Amino acid sequence: MSMNLLRLFRSRNASAPVARERLQILLSHERGLLGQSDLLATLREEILAVVAKHVVLDPDKVIVKLERGKTVSTLEVDIEVPNNFDKSKAPAERRMAG
Amino acid sequence: MAKVLVVTSGKGGVGKTTTTAALGAALAQSGQSVVVVDFDVGLRNLDLVMGAERRVVFDLINVVQGIAKLPQALIRDKRLESLWLLPASQTRDKDALTDEGVGRVIEELRSRFDWILCDSPAGIERGATLAMRYADEAVIVTNPEVSSVRDSDRIIGMLDSKTVRAERGERVEKHVLITRYDPARAARGEMLTIDDILEILATPLLGIIPESQDVLKASNVGTPVTLNNAESAPARAYVDASRRLMGEEVAMVVPAERKGFMNRLLGRRAA
Repeated sequence: MSMNLLRLFRSRNASAPVARERLQILLSHERGLLGQSDLLATLREEILAVVAKHVVLDPDKVIVKLERGKTVSTLEVDIEVPNNFDKSKAPAERRMAG
Repeated sequence: MAKVLVVTSGKGGVGKTTTTAALGAALAQSGQSVVVVDFDVGLRNLDLVMGAERRVVFDLINVVQGIAKLPQALIRDKRLESLWLLPASQTRDKDALTDEGVGRVIEELRSRFDWILCDSPAGIERGATLAMRYADEAVIVTNPEVSSVRDSDRIIGMLDSKTVRAERGERVEKHVLITRYDPARAARGEMLTIDDILEILATPLLGIIPESQDVLKASNVGTPVTLNNAESAPARAYVDASRRLMGEEVAMVVPAERKGFMNRLLGRRAA
């Protein structure tokens, strides 16, 4: 009886478990995001280099997106290939920019 | 061999300066030579907590820029022979610190002291990154509160990526120090418990400093809490933490306030 009363009392005032759960969810998301910034830049640069070997493209029209879901994340690569883009007009360093 | 230890947290007001002063004094009291270095350029406070605010002539920036030699800027503690302070500048801003300048000063300190305790400013800007840059070990000061735990997590990530050790593929030895802990509130489910915090941060525990009025009393008079009232609960907790830093095995307990005679007579529970 007294244990039940204690438990009742405790659960009514227990905000700590809420804090704990909020932190766990938030941090798992933030840790992902922070690791992501470098990964995305690297991916973008390397994908760009590979595609540019074979196709003429505008480096500014390459979009790499990573979306994190609960069980699955998706990597979206969007490359616009112009029909008449003049490669010679794009400066070399711009072509390499990440 | 000299050890460089950064006291950091991300969040402000959690007890970095209190901790730097208390651990520095505790290490010095056990015979180690210690320098506490204030990296909070523009908002220095370690001098005040150490009670040396009227003795500052030269500071870290003067030494980094070569205006003063290191021995001219070091201030010896009035109570402990082997405890020294290297204050921050109050007038300059943090951009006056350079990576290689700080590196040079740290190297020189390594040749003179057993322990170099770097008191980091709050935040994740230049001052904070330079305070941790050359660290071998880190104490992450954390309050049992959501914003503090989140910021500690962020700082742990930086210790693993932005330090010289991390860049060399070595590890910075990290410890969490929980301050302002109230065991009674944690038991009632009103405060994150030690286990909650350690599970979230996945970093070993250095110590638990209980919430106590003695911390404010000590800073009021400019004395590290370990020297001001060595019998107080936070002082005993800091001494235990300092012994763990020196590699001793010390049982992890939360020191409680000792009950006064009247309280014991009346059977009051200690907070």
